[in-house]
Amino acid sequence: MTKIKSLAELKLKKEELEKKLNLREKSNEPDKYIQIKVGMATSGIASGAKVVMDFLIEELNKRGIDAVVTQTGDMGYCYAEPTIEVKRPGEDPIVFGYVDLKKADEIIEKYLKNGELVEGIIPVNYESIDE
Amino acid sequence: MAQQIKMHLLVCGGTGCRASESDQIQASLEHELKVHGLENEAKVVTTGCFGFCEKGPIVKVIPDNTFYVQVKPGDAREIVEEHVIKGRKVERLLYTDPENKEHVADSKHMGFYRKQIRIALRNCGFIDPENVDEYLARDGYQALGKVLSEMTPEDAIKIIKDSGLRGRGGGGFPTGLKWEITRKSVAEKKYVVCNADEGDPGAFMDRSILEGDPHVVLEAMAICGFAIGADAGLIYIRAEYPLAIKRLKIAIDQARNYGLLGNDILGTGFNFDIELRYGAGAFVCGEETALIHSMEGSRGEPTFKPPFPSVEGYLGKPTNVNNVETFANIPPIINKGSEWFAAIGTARAKGTKVFALAGKINNVGLIEVPMGTTLREVIFEIGGGIKDGKKFKAVQTGGPSGGCLTEKHLDIPIEYDTLIAAGSMMGSGGMIVMDEDDCMVSVAKYYLDFTVEESCGKCSPCRIGNKRLHEILETITKGQGTMEDLSKLKNLSHVIKDTSLCGLGQTSPNPVLSTMENFWDEYISHVVDKKCTSGVCKSLMRYVIIPENCIGCMACARNCPVNCITGERKQVHFIDQDTCIKCGTCLEKCKFNAIAII
Ligand SMILES: Cc1cc2nc3c(=O)[nH]c(=O)nc-3n(C[C@H](O)[C@H](O)[C@H](O)COP(=O)(O)O)c2cc1C
Ligand code: SF4
Ligand code: SF4
Ligand code: SF4
Ligand code: FES
Repeated sequence: MTKIKSLAELKLKKEELEKKLNLREKSNEPDKYIQIKVGMATSGIASGAKVVMDFLIEELNKRGIDAVVTQTGDMGYCYAEPTIEVKRPGEDPIVFGYVDLKKADEIIEKYLKNGELVEGIIPVNYESIDE
Repeated sequence: MAQQIKMHLLVCGGTGCRASESDQIQASLEHELKVHGLENEAKVVTTGCFGFCEKGPIVKVIPDNTFYVQVKPGDAREIVEEHVIKGRKVERLLYTDPENKEHVADSKHMGFYRKQIRIALRNCGFIDPENVDEYLARDGYQALGKVLSEMTPEDAIKIIKDSGLRGRGGGGFPTGLKWEITRKSVAEKKYVVCNADEGDPGAFMDRSILEGDPHVVLEAMAICGFAIGADAGLIYIRAEYPLAIKRLKIAIDQARNYGLLGNDILGTGFNFDIELRYGAGAFVCGEETALIHSMEGSRGEPTFKPPFPSVEGYLGKPTNVNNVETFANIPPIINKGSEWFAAIGTARAKGTKVFALAGKINNVGLIEVPMGTTLREVIFEIGGGIKDGKKFKAVQTGGPSGGCLTEKHLDIPIEYDTLIAAGSMMGSGGMIVMDEDDCMVSVAKYYLDFTVEESCGKCSPCRIGNKRLHEILETITKGQGTMEDLSKLKNLSHVIKDTSLCGLGQTSPNPVLSTMENFWDEYISHVVDKKCTSGVCKSLMRYVIIPENCIGCMACARNCPVNCITGERKQVHFIDQDTCIKCGTCLEKCKFNAIAII
């Protein structure tokens, strides 16, 4: 370890290190962030949910959007896999079906950035996937 | 696409969970991740205590905050295969709500955590205590940097004074004022001492902080050093805390390597270093003058104050002694400001307090609540109510120096002054809940057992007086007490309080006085009716045979270990009270409900 020689260096060090704790910080106060749940049951994984999840995590990170991405079991929409549920802070969750990479990209650009709805919404009559 | 870590599996590495193999759980989880090729997607992190030790070992999954309890090493595979890979929570490992018996999906929905505000415990169960980088990522050492680079010692003291922080070790002395007094003591050498003796039975607040977030204490001590003008810090820790000691040592090394302890800290020219000193675990050594004598190599006995340590302490030099939890509040106060801290709590008590919740309560554990929270909220919301649906009887706060509060006190806000007014005290944070099965005379006796054992014997009111109190309580629980004994108990208690040298003796009669005040009826029934209504005092219990129910099957007589039951076959039996040892065997053996306790 090299010595930290000033408050300025300490601040830089913090900025560098805090990225690694980002996941924990955000999940500590999930309601402050966009929360995305990816359906990852067997049918979901087979239909590419994992790829979509990796894509979301990676791209949100790159595009500087703070979000908590979690996986969840079967969402009950096997026919529309992969499905994701998106909840913007203070809003009701929305479920999207048939999410491929292109759709995921569209959701990030339109819905997450501007709140613009995109096609593929599955009507829901419950609060959230696992509650 | 590059893999990236999208899950953290936090495994509790506190003393409680370690005792039930949490280190093996960690190894198994790491193994399973490897087997499934997931090392680059999920990471296992050891953390400090989550406060939920009784239901440990705990594994918490991030980012979905799933809270697994009583996990075994053998569960690692299912957690990885189900949760990490498929996103399905392992239902059977989830915490069950004591009231509705439903599984709780994540920690954000657990009543235990909902009312808590974590300042002193903010990093416990969140960061890896053996990794300074995780502390740095959470603003670690920023407060020290800020104080050293941007403030005068007086500025720092002012912030602490304005915050309203008071000592968390028991006395509740205003921390900023103590720093100021120590700063004003003129001497070429001064010391900062951290009191990590934690002797209250059942208390583990300080241990958890040291195990879960050791750097916060080091940082705060350095800040204190700068404020009072000291370059040396000592942590007095009991030798029975091996894990805390290990983590402190690691933390000190890491801080030195980064130049956060040692000479010329952060290029400011300020020097400060910390050493550990070990205590043998005597309760009285937590008293600050005794602690200092013990560190000096003399007998750990208290001496009269003044002189206070802030004027004449370790090796005769001005010494600022603060408790672990007090220190844990310092960096957040510096970082966020005194107004932020002063806004938490009540007008008279600022910030939060950590309590070790124990006894007949559903959620036993370590909690941190804002000052002003009521006992009812702590016991019934966070604590999840009384075990087995029994009736609440009393709550003991303040450890051996505190008192027992009752139903009528449940709605008072927890503050230093309100607890004292109610006949107890804040103390260092022990909180023991009692139900209808607890006998309050026995509870008082239990605390006296402890005091008699722990009195250093230096002054006679404490040495002899407490022994006498204990004898009288013993007599009462045996059913041989008189009304005169009760008045003796009261008078002697006051004498001990008024004439003892140190805090131990000055507070030791509190459990007696508060139970007499709040549970006078129970004392009377022990003394006058010779009855222990809770069925605890064995000498006052009588096993008797109910003639109407006894069919004379002889089962009880055959099993009585002292052969004190007599009776012919098919005749009503009889228990000889003088020989009966009250073992309860007969009650268990009788199938005809013919034996009763009166
Ligand atoms: C018998 C006795 C035992 C004590 N034990 C402790 C202890 O274990 N830990 C502690 O911090 N303070 C303990 N204290 C209080 C200390 O004397 C001292 O007030 C405290 O460490 C000051 O720190 P604070 O102002 O930060 O609370 C004890 C006091 C008495 C009288
Ligand atoms: S009050 Fe008790 S513990 Fe304190 S000095 Fe006297 S004998 Fe020792
Ligand atoms: S076991 Fe019960 S019924 Fe049988 S002799 Fe004893 S008291 Fe009577
Ligand atoms: S309580 Fe035990 S000792 Fe007493 S009568 Fe029953 S079996 Fe015998
Ligand atoms: S030691 Fe694991 S929760 Fe306390």
